[in-house]
Amino acid sequence: MPVSGTAKSQDLASADALLTLKDLTLRFKGQTNDVVHSVSLRVRQGEVLCVVGESGCGKSVTSMAIMGLLPGKATQISSGKLSFLAQDWDLATDCLPTEVRGREIAMIFQEPMTSLNPSFRIGDQIAEAVQRRRGNSRTEALERAEVMLQRVGIANPKQRLRAYPHQLSGGMRQRVMIAMALANDPQILIADEPTTALDVTIQAQILDLIRDLRDETGMGTLMITHDLGVVAEVADTVAVMYGGQVVEQGPVAEIFNNPQHPYTIGLMSAMPRLDRPGERLAIVPGTVPTISNMPEGCRFRTRCAFATAACAQRPKLRDVASEHEVACHFAPLETHVKVSA
Amino acid sequence: MKDTAVPDIALDPVLTAPPENRVWKKFRGHGSALLGGVLVAFFVLIALAAPILPIPDPAATDWGAVRKAPSWDHWMGTDEIGRDVLARMIWGAQASLLAGVVSVGIAVMMGVPLGLVAGYFGGWTDAVISRCTEALLAAPFLILAIALAAFLGPSLTNAMIAIGISATPIFIRLTRGQVINIKSEDYVDSARAIGLPTYRILSRYILPNVLPPILVQATLTIATAIIAEASLSFLGLGQQPPAPSWGSMLNTAKNFLNQAPWMAMWPGVSIFLVVLGFNLLGDGLRDALDPREH
Repeated sequence: MPVSGTAKSQDLASADALLTLKDLTLRFKGQTNDVVHSVSLRVRQGEVLCVVGESGCGKSVTSMAIMGLLPGKATQISSGKLSFLAQDWDLATDCLPTEVRGREIAMIFQEPMTSLNPSFRIGDQIAEAVQRRRGNSRTEALERAEVMLQRVGIANPKQRLRAYPHQLSGGMRQRVMIAMALANDPQILIADEPTTALDVTIQAQILDLIRDLRDETGMGTLMITHDLGVVAEVADTVAVMYGGQVVEQGPVAEIFNNPQHPYTIGLMSAMPRLDRPGERLAIVPGTVPTISNMPEGCRFRTRCAFATAACAQRPKLRDVASEHEVACHFAPLETHVKVSA
Repeated sequence: MKDTAVPDIALDPVLTAPPENRVWKKFRGHGSALLGGVLVAFFVLIALAAPILPIPDPAATDWGAVRKAPSWDHWMGTDEIGRDVLARMIWGAQASLLAGVVSVGIAVMMGVPLGLVAGYFGGWTDAVISRCTEALLAAPFLILAIALAAFLGPSLTNAMIAIGISATPIFIRLTRGQVINIKSEDYVDSARAIGLPTYRILSRYILPNVLPPILVQATLTIATAIIAEASLSFLGLGQQPPAPSWGSMLNTAKNFLNQAPWMAMWPGVSIFLVVLGFNLLGDGLRDALDPREH
């Protein structure tokens, strides 16, 4: 029998939260199922929150919804409350005003090769973001752009300002994107798979850079990724998404050492480990159902080894440890399932 | 070789190369495009130089020299009332090129903004603009231009307006298609993410990236517009006599094809060459601006 524990969600409006998203639910118009269902996230000052999950689980859509970048004609947000800068926005009816976007909250994208305007010099592009938000003169803005390029570790920033995007490598372009996003000292950086398109050395450099800048400025970071290696490296807290829902979230050590949701457990055991060479990797059986074929109740139950009839009821997120919450009827697993070593 | 960690940018061949090089290099290596450029440049030069060239007044009649074949006095012969054909050719080039450039200018000025708006905003805006465009496109270009010119009244200015309006739908369509393509690029999202307002995104992020195909289309449309102007003038709806125009010269010349074939030949050859020039130039630009390497 599943524990009928009170479905208590974290106190999302805790004092040190920089940005909280509450109960975001949205669907693409013309579909009958929610792409993102009741997702709540919180980013604290100086914290890196990693949202992990496989392709199509709603990670990127969630971040786009926060930024207000979803095309209104194709998506329908039925609920979602965003609290940021001591203000609340109801995402179902309005979105972040353009004054906030780019100044207090910035975003970097997955694909550095296509995220810069090919027709303009990178200096002009960074300066544009600065001028727009701070009302500086062009010269001041270009100076700021130069400082930013220096900060993100680009050599010869003064000359690079005059480079066009096609003259830069992928890693450099991602640095430029970061420089552009951080030029106005945002409080929140949303990074949508910032390292997916880069090779591992550059990836490590970019992650170091994000971490350094976080330490320097105290900004909160919401990083979307499907790479658990990245999570282990940068995250303070982790939210695991599956089928448009957060199935487990908590501090990074908790998620890695004490995963409670069967999906998280599956993800963890699918990761190659240096300390257990030669061991076969576990797999999560099956594939993610399409949005229109999502099962009622727990969306993971068609692939879950522990699924029972009770899983036809949608489980709610509830605490299993301090700040560690899981959306599974059987959590914490130790008390329900005899786990053989 | 210096062993500093920072590479010397002055030695970096990629970073120091001016970015225009690639397009210009491709264009320079394109034989027919250069030929087109030379033809267009030639006609533009003589049209601009018309007032200072040592040629007779194109409207001055000489009853002693009617329908004379080409000679030292009249290099291209004279027409049915003794006007110098060379002078009329040169002044006619001015009318033709002006008509071509101005009417395409009108078409670009109207078509590109409408296409930008239709493509970027989509929905009802797009539906209204696109349906109107299609309605205009349903009528053949020349027929539409003739109808508009007849409606506005015969004059070179009205002919240019008529041709410009007739060419507008092509630019709306082209721009709209390009914008729909470009607006899904990541850099447009990133421009929105840094909070740029719509007009900045349109003017700085979308417009510059849709310009190359518009430039090519504009060059090619100048050729069409020159033919349209000649046609309208031929029909008496464009340049009004006695001001010279290649189209109206052809119209007069057709009555004297047997007696004075040079009257028809020169304007015919000129129209052919200038249209060929613009077409070759347009094709060359298209190849040069194509980002794919050949």
